[in-house]
Amino acid sequence: MKWQQVYEENPPLDSDLDDAELDARLAETWRQPHGLIGWFMSTDHKEIGRRYIITAFCHLLLAGLLAMIIRLQLAFPGMHLLSPDLYNQIFTTHGTVMMFLFAVPMVEGMMVYLVPLMVGSRIIAFPRLNAFSYYMYLFGGLMVWIAFFINSGPDAGWFAYVPLSGPEFGAGKRSDIWAQMITFTEVAGLAVALEIIVTILKFRAPGMTLNRLPIFVWASLVTSLMIALSMPSIVTTSTFLILDRLVGTHFFNPAEGGDSLLWQHLFWYFAHPEVYIVFLPPVGLAAHVIETFCRRRVFGYPAVVLAIIGQGFLSFGLWVHHMYATGLPHLGNSFFEASSVSIAIPSGTIIFCWLATIATGRVKIGVPMLWIISFFVLFVLGGLTGVMVASVPFDLQATDTYAIVGHLHFVLVGGTVALLLAAAWFWFPKITGRMLDDRLGTVQWALFLIGALVAFSAMFALGLSGMTRRVYTYPQGIGWDTLNLIASLGAWSIGLSFLLMLLNIFRALSRPRGGASNPYNASGLEWMVASPPPVYNYLRIPVIDSRTPLWNQPDSIGAVVGLRVDEREVLVTSAITTMPHMRDHVVAPSLWPFINSVVFTIMLIGSIYTPKAMVWGAVPVAIALIGWLYPRRVLAPRPEEVPS
Amino acid sequence: MKRLACLTPLLLAACSRNPSAVLDAASPSARATGWLFWFFLAVNGVIWLLVLGFLFYFLWRRRERTLTAPLIQADAAVERKLITRVGLAIGATVIILTLFVGVSYAVDRQLLAFQRRPQLEIEVTAHQWWWEVRYLSDQPSDIFVTANEIHVPLNTRVKLKLQSTDVIHSLWFPNLSGKRDIIPGHDGEMVILADRAGVWKGRCGEFCGLQHTYMELRLVAEPKAQFQTWEAAQRLPAADPVTAEALRGQQVFNGGPCAACHAIRTTTTASYSTNAPDLTHLKSRTTIGAGAAPNTKGYLSGWINDPHAMKPGVHMPAIQQNSKDHQALLAYLEGLK
Repeated sequence: MKWQQVYEENPPLDSDLDDAELDARLAETWRQPHGLIGWFMSTDHKEIGRRYIITAFCHLLLAGLLAMIIRLQLAFPGMHLLSPDLYNQIFTTHGTVMMFLFAVPMVEGMMVYLVPLMVGSRIIAFPRLNAFSYYMYLFGGLMVWIAFFINSGPDAGWFAYVPLSGPEFGAGKRSDIWAQMITFTEVAGLAVALEIIVTILKFRAPGMTLNRLPIFVWASLVTSLMIALSMPSIVTTSTFLILDRLVGTHFFNPAEGGDSLLWQHLFWYFAHPEVYIVFLPPVGLAAHVIETFCRRRVFGYPAVVLAIIGQGFLSFGLWVHHMYATGLPHLGNSFFEASSVSIAIPSGTIIFCWLATIATGRVKIGVPMLWIISFFVLFVLGGLTGVMVASVPFDLQATDTYAIVGHLHFVLVGGTVALLLAAAWFWFPKITGRMLDDRLGTVQWALFLIGALVAFSAMFALGLSGMTRRVYTYPQGIGWDTLNLIASLGAWSIGLSFLLMLLNIFRALSRPRGGASNPYNASGLEWMVASPPPVYNYLRIPVIDSRTPLWNQPDSIGAVVGLRVDEREVLVTSAITTMPHMRDHVVAPSLWPFINSVVFTIMLIGSIYTPKAMVWGAVPVAIALIGWLYPRRVLAPRPEEVPS
Repeated sequence: MKRLACLTPLLLAACSRNPSAVLDAASPSARATGWLFWFFLAVNGVIWLLVLGFLFYFLWRRRERTLTAPLIQADAAVERKLITRVGLAIGATVIILTLFVGVSYAVDRQLLAFQRRPQLEIEVTAHQWWWEVRYLSDQPSDIFVTANEIHVPLNTRVKLKLQSTDVIHSLWFPNLSGKRDIIPGHDGEMVILADRAGVWKGRCGEFCGLQHTYMELRLVAEPKAQFQTWEAAQRLPAADPVTAEALRGQQVFNGGPCAACHAIRTTTTASYSTNAPDLTHLKSRTTIGAGAAPNTKGYLSGWINDPHAMKPGVHMPAIQQNSKDHQALLAYLEGLK
């Protein structure tokens, strides 16, 4: 087939049709294929985003279940429920899955679902890449769990320090599976980061200049740039590990001139920004919840945005605080102490701006707002304990003890998870068209908040009692019994709260659809469209003139017209001023992303067992890539049709 | 300050007389770090209560039953007031954080000062999952080796020269000092100065594999005279077996699998074992298996028969012996004071 551009005379445009007909035509044009095969072809960002969210939620539940088992083993001294080998696999899988397969993909899923809607676009940029990234994530996650259930779960900690994870001490294929899981998630993560950056910079509705960008979109932009800048570090180091294990290189072997400390630098250079990668998008989401439930714009928009950018920037300069005990020069440690502590300034700025918003708003304490309260209670504790463990002398006592376990759970559960739950409650009606039950939600919130406060405080205290991390049991009578039981009771309370959430979700989904498009009278563009949104998102591309369009201009949201209705077209605007630049053709749904993810998966999993898999595996990958990128007939606009 | 802490669960840690608690200091540096903790806790506790106090006060004062109409145009005077107040709060944050960094830096310098001019040097080698301890001296005949237990004289700065032969470990005496990672290829050191007599438990801090849990290094801080007695005893070769059974036990030890890894020095020139704990003065130590069990005859018997029951994954294999040999071996080992 010869590549050609076809110009048509008088193509049907959205300006020519009334709402009902436009809806019918767009629904037909943007239709996603049905059926089993159609399911694997979907390129709709809402469908892919939903799959990301559901898959990440499943990972959360499974890894949470592992946490419950860990707390059972540690609830009493001298328990023999788990062997040390199984215990090591369980805590490693818990940490690995929570960080790489729950937290990061969950924020990616929220970005994939919400960002195109929030910026007023019909679709995400590079929709096939988006579908591909999801299947890579899905297969990487499946690989880890299958390995876990056949007793090959990773067992060297989620940080996989060499030499313990290296060829000499990491037995079997466990660490290879861990390292290859990194490959899967980094492919998915980099792809999503790219799509989000381009979507935000080029697909914004006219009028949505940078100072009108919703805060979540700002957070998504910063996060995506952070993913793009930090992931190369873990790409490098996990490749070194795979090479050491698979083909006998000596990157980390001191006997041959390698250095095991290199792993720690490269790992934490990624893994510290990662904490902010999973924290900033929830902060952005929470800003919208607070705005809606306080009935006023978030106070200090420029300050909050600058704080988010500042956190993104600073988070690259403090990885060494994970390594105080490795014997780096004292002056270096002190420098990183100061830089670690300084990140509390933007964090504090966000918290003070939110307090100011609450102080001058008219607050309806709905369930999403309850989750914001739990953020304040838990995350502020996480931040304050964080300032403590940033101090070199105190950290040398606290590091690698349960004090850190308590601190990091305050931050991640109180920051990321609590805010994601606020967001889940807030956008559930938009995504599903149904409401969750408030009373069940309140009980769930109380169980969660009390459980988290009790469990993580007890863990912090255990650290001060000398309990080191990653111990599978402890003897009776050394002062750890009571606190461990308290920590376990708190953890089980969190577990119970998630059972209630599941119940709530199933009850909501069993009711018929029929939610209002804007049940909370919120201000963002995404509340303009039906719940759940139609496949094409917006009937006409909106034009906005404020930061809170549905509040400022509820009945007068303008529209850009001139897009074709018989072709998938999106409006591309300039990055800063959002002037319409061109109409861009969007690729059709396709099976190629799925086929590509399958052949990539075969190559990557094969390479765990033999380096030759990279050679023969490259053949189907090449064929699949050619199939994906094979040039096709494109209906392109005439140059003179480009709106200016 | 301590009463404030009693309001929190942290009290449970602070008040219990725990032999491995961070806040039960037995050295000047742990005391300084403990002080730093209480300082942080007091300031941070106040900040936490203030933030939550403001939050709940505002929520209560501004509460509404329903979602009201949104406030589109904020009152400029109110916003200006907010800018001042938020600005002040951020300013206060900067000041407090600067104070924290300053205080922490001062304590860090103080800890360094405690480490000057060490008076005794001990080489500690971390193995999966036990500690080899070598007391260094200018006199080669004064050097001796033991395992999983360190004795130090009180009020003496002791330099521990740290090295690892396998994976990354980390040495931590909660009552005495912070952790120091022991990274293969990077020899490290830490200086400890115990000023309270007692048995202080040290642990491996960095996850190091199957038996990271039982990798204990006990530190006995004792008055100088007592230490010197212990030191002199450790330098001696092993006690000769006195009974016929113990003599047979010695043959079992030397002829069987034990001697493949462990050593029991019977002469002053014999060498120490470095692949497994040296057993020359086994019964002078309080635990077996680096903290896995108390060092009693019963546990020792169980340990030899099946060490994996007490410490799953330990590198020592289960030893198959007939009961006569086993009893004889025990009799011999029990005599190694």
